[in-house]
Amino acid sequence: MPSLPDMNTPDVAELAREAAAHSHHTEIPTPDVDQDAFLEFLLRLGDTTLILGHRVSEWCGHSPALEEDIALANVALDLIGQTQMWLGLAAEVEGKGRTADDLAYLRDAWDFRNLLLVERPNGDFGHTLMRQFLFDAWHFELLNALAASTDARVGEIAAKALKEVAYHLERSSDLVIRLGDGTEESNRRMREALEALWAYTGEMFTADEKDRAVAEAGIAPDPESLRAAWEATVRDVLEQATLAVPASTFAHKGGKRGVHTEHLGYILAEMQFLQRAYPGSSW
Amino acid sequence: MYAQLVQTDGLKKPEEMSPEERAFQERIDRGEKIEPKEWMPEGYRKTLIRQIGQHAHSEIVGQLPEGNWITRAPTLERKAILLAKVQDEAGHGLYLYCAAETLGVSRDELMELLHRGKMKYSSIFNYPTLTWADMGAVGWLVDGAAIMNQVPLQRTSFGPYSRAMIRICKEESFHQRQGYAVMMKMCAGTPQQKAMAQDALNRLWYPSLMMFGPSDKDSVHSAQSMAWKIKMNTNDELRQKFVDQTVPQAEYLGLTIPDPELKWNEEKGGYDFSEPDWSEFFDVIAGNGPCNKDRLGARVKAWDDGAWFREGLVAHAEKAAARKAPLAAE
Repeated sequence: MPSLPDMNTPDVAELAREAAAHSHHTEIPTPDVDQDAFLEFLLRLGDTTLILGHRVSEWCGHSPALEEDIALANVALDLIGQTQMWLGLAAEVEGKGRTADDLAYLRDAWDFRNLLLVERPNGDFGHTLMRQFLFDAWHFELLNALAASTDARVGEIAAKALKEVAYHLERSSDLVIRLGDGTEESNRRMREALEALWAYTGEMFTADEKDRAVAEAGIAPDPESLRAAWEATVRDVLEQATLAVPASTFAHKGGKRGVHTEHLGYILAEMQFLQRAYPGSSW
Repeated sequence: MYAQLVQTDGLKKPEEMSPEERAFQERIDRGEKIEPKEWMPEGYRKTLIRQIGQHAHSEIVGQLPEGNWITRAPTLERKAILLAKVQDEAGHGLYLYCAAETLGVSRDELMELLHRGKMKYSSIFNYPTLTWADMGAVGWLVDGAAIMNQVPLQRTSFGPYSRAMIRICKEESFHQRQGYAVMMKMCAGTPQQKAMAQDALNRLWYPSLMMFGPSDKDSVHSAQSMAWKIKMNTNDELRQKFVDQTVPQAEYLGLTIPDPELKWNEEKGGYDFSEPDWSEFFDVIAGNGPCNKDRLGARVKAWDDGAWFREGLVAHAEKAAARKAPLAAE
């Protein structure tokens, strides 16, 4: 067997710098952040857009007006596109050779890190719109902050997604206002939706040690820091919609650490069916 | 194509026509486009409303068989592609309802006729999509068959319909390619995937041939529509063209067309093939296809469940207008 050359030449660092300078890729992970925390952050975001995209896509062909079918398909498409980017980066950071599809289709519920809010069933169209609005108002603030991330890849994805989400928020705010201030029935339905979903909003702003680690590295904002702007948007829109902001501050939690509602298992059973039934196939 | 069995009265001979009707027919013969505000025979208007309306309904009911697999698409990319495709179908529905509106019928009126079973949509959408391979086969065969008919309709005499078709055809041809791409992937995949692809072809082949409508010898309503350039080719011409185009595509995939009689006929320069079972076609048209009740039921449910939503938006618009009105009066 021929001897192998010594890989540990003193030039390695120099070569790496040169390679990085000529690479078309943006920089590799910020060196001084715990990679587990970074991965966790990316999964939380990617799983959240994936599950909401799935829920929204359930409406395809069944919504109350043709324009809504088209608009909801657009929102779902944006969210699935964002999922490809967030989970793609997560797979890269994880460094185990998995792909975004592997992460989406081959993990079980306990490995999913999405917010509980997005796995809530669609309910009536008002429920779906209210969930979208409460989410969009948070998503917009989050992406706005992420656009200035210390990690260039995160910043790029956020800047692209922000353009889409600004439109999502404009649309969902507008419809919440119209339906809140519409008929007695539309007002009642929007109020019921708001009351049912309110307890699932708090999770967006709770932080654990992993959130704090990525916040300290400047990769992402501290979740709590988004609350004031979110509340201002929500108050303004709900006031125009003639809907009262619920007083309760109780928050269901668990999605971010893999403890979900019973609904997620059914979403995954449906979503992952082909990958599970025909393992190793290429589609 | 998405319009089958559109009824018209018999073809009028020139000597039976009024001077306006004669002038109208001459414009069509010269290849001029008829625009919405211009004079047209009542029969032309009615036939177009039926045909465009049926086409629009087919687009929106057509969301359902493919929408059926969006939540089960096997990869993120396939999910995104399928979503985009189904969204296009809704968009086509929208253009076509708009084209019909220029003839003096509202979208709501047309929808109501659909929901009451007074208007039809293409028979093909009453068949189920049972495996992922159906997402390939529907794009390849169903969109492929639709294109056969819609490409000539880009030259149809009614301006808004012709312009809608130009746009729709661009998207349909993309849909067909993506369907074929799914089939290629399945056929190059595992034996199970290839079997799935063959099964999809077996189930969808004859229903796709039915999309062109009954044979010309049994189709008594075509002559007037063809004179008006609302229908551009006969059912049999288009069906033959479709078979001739599709057979080599199936061969390339390594799939077998489920027709033992299929044979190249050198003399006519096309394939000989078996007719679909027309009694099945008339059963489906009469409401007895495998999915008629589910498909129409889903559309009616969407409409009924969404009534409060539409009413809410109208009420808000009225309130907003009322709030503005006092200012305008000042």
